[in-house]
Amino acid sequence: MSFLLESFKQAVNLILNLDRELLQIIFLSLKVSGTALLLAIVIGVPLGTFVGLKRFVGREVVITILNTFMGLPPVVVGLFLYLMLSRSGPLGFLTLLYTPTAMIIAQIILAFPIVAALTHSAVVRVPPIIKLASKSLGATSFQTTFTVIKEARYGIMAAVIAALGRVMAEVGAILIVGGNIAGYTRVMTTTIAMETDKGNFELAMALGIVLLLISLIINFCMFLIQKKGVREAQQWG
Amino acid sequence: MGVRLNVSNIYKYYNGKPLFENCSCSFDRSGVYILMGPNGSGKSTFLRICALLENPDRGEINYFDGNRALPKDINLMRRITLLFPEVGVFNTTVFKNVAYGLKIRGFKNNKIKEKVEEALQFVGLLHKKEQNALTLSTGETKRMGIARALVLEPEVLFLDEPTASVDWKNTEIIESIIIQIKQRLNSIIIIATHDKEFAMATGDFLLYIRDGRLY
Repeated sequence: MSFLLESFKQAVNLILNLDRELLQIIFLSLKVSGTALLLAIVIGVPLGTFVGLKRFVGREVVITILNTFMGLPPVVVGLFLYLMLSRSGPLGFLTLLYTPTAMIIAQIILAFPIVAALTHSAVVRVPPIIKLASKSLGATSFQTTFTVIKEARYGIMAAVIAALGRVMAEVGAILIVGGNIAGYTRVMTTTIAMETDKGNFELAMALGIVLLLISLIINFCMFLIQKKGVREAQQWG
Repeated sequence: MGVRLNVSNIYKYYNGKPLFENCSCSFDRSGVYILMGPNGSGKSTFLRICALLENPDRGEINYFDGNRALPKDINLMRRITLLFPEVGVFNTTVFKNVAYGLKIRGFKNNKIKEKVEEALQFVGLLHKKEQNALTLSTGETKRMGIARALVLEPEVLFLDEPTASVDWKNTEIIESIIIQIKQRLNSIIIIATHDKEFAMATGDFLLYIRDGRLY
């Protein structure tokens, strides 16, 4: 018990003293996850909106695939990406393996189905009258689509936060394609896994606390958004 | 005189059953046209087809400016407006709801403010401009919908059941608003309604839909 307490104390010290290594790892984590999330939004929101608003052959198949991909096992994504990016793989010439870019790609693959599937759900919940009202007020197709996205904003925000939670907590895929290289591809989750293996619990615990805080903030934001969304859904009747 | 509307031989079927068969009419004079008919006779569908929001299965809807046929493009869509029975309230303030049409037309902010406030004053909702539009009562929502359409000064205005589910007080207010709009805008106003008193008070011309025919 005292060993746990000691580790915890040292972890808190590392955070309070703004340990250089700790900050570097946190910064890289936020950079990788932030970039991946941004790109997942760029792909996922238009895709989810398109699937939500347009009727086309194979739409149900796309929705099923997106829903299935929401639960993709990260290690499988890591393995797939490793095989693609390894020197003998079809994309080996890009020499991306063991780089932050490979980690970002892995996280995009994991995050964009969440953004797209939850955006789709949010968009289809917008009453059809909104689209009609927008058109009848003289909106172009693009303006109507933008209006529907705006009406679905709380659902889309929840999608983004869910995706952020996924990428921040991810370890399997980025460990495989990133390689956990110190100062280059070492992020919070991979460091925690490695330091725990080595028995260095201070840094692992410090990063764990930071990760938990980030997770707490994400969940609190999610709670506020959902609360606002539910209140407004009640107003819709 | 602004645009004219010509409905030529339109047919519309729902689940294989005819809703309209060979319906034709012209709206070439400004004023209020009242469209009446039993439930399910296709009044709303007729308005949506005329407002170019739905296609007929056969036949044509044509708009003319003088003798010139107008192409069915966004420019024409911006000269006509339909107010739905449910209105279609955007989840934002009353002001922003009414400003919507002006904003997408690229009006400057100061012009938008001036026009929106004038329209809200006209329908008696200026004091609620900062309120979320979803919190308005049914009658107020309808009035906001009228303001949202009115601010665009449409040459053809379609109103689908503007007094449905509205209390008598708001019905009277809407009635007086329509009469004022008629005097203010030199437009074609087509109203689908069940309310005979409202029809008598506001209408200049009466149309009746029954058994897929327009009388």
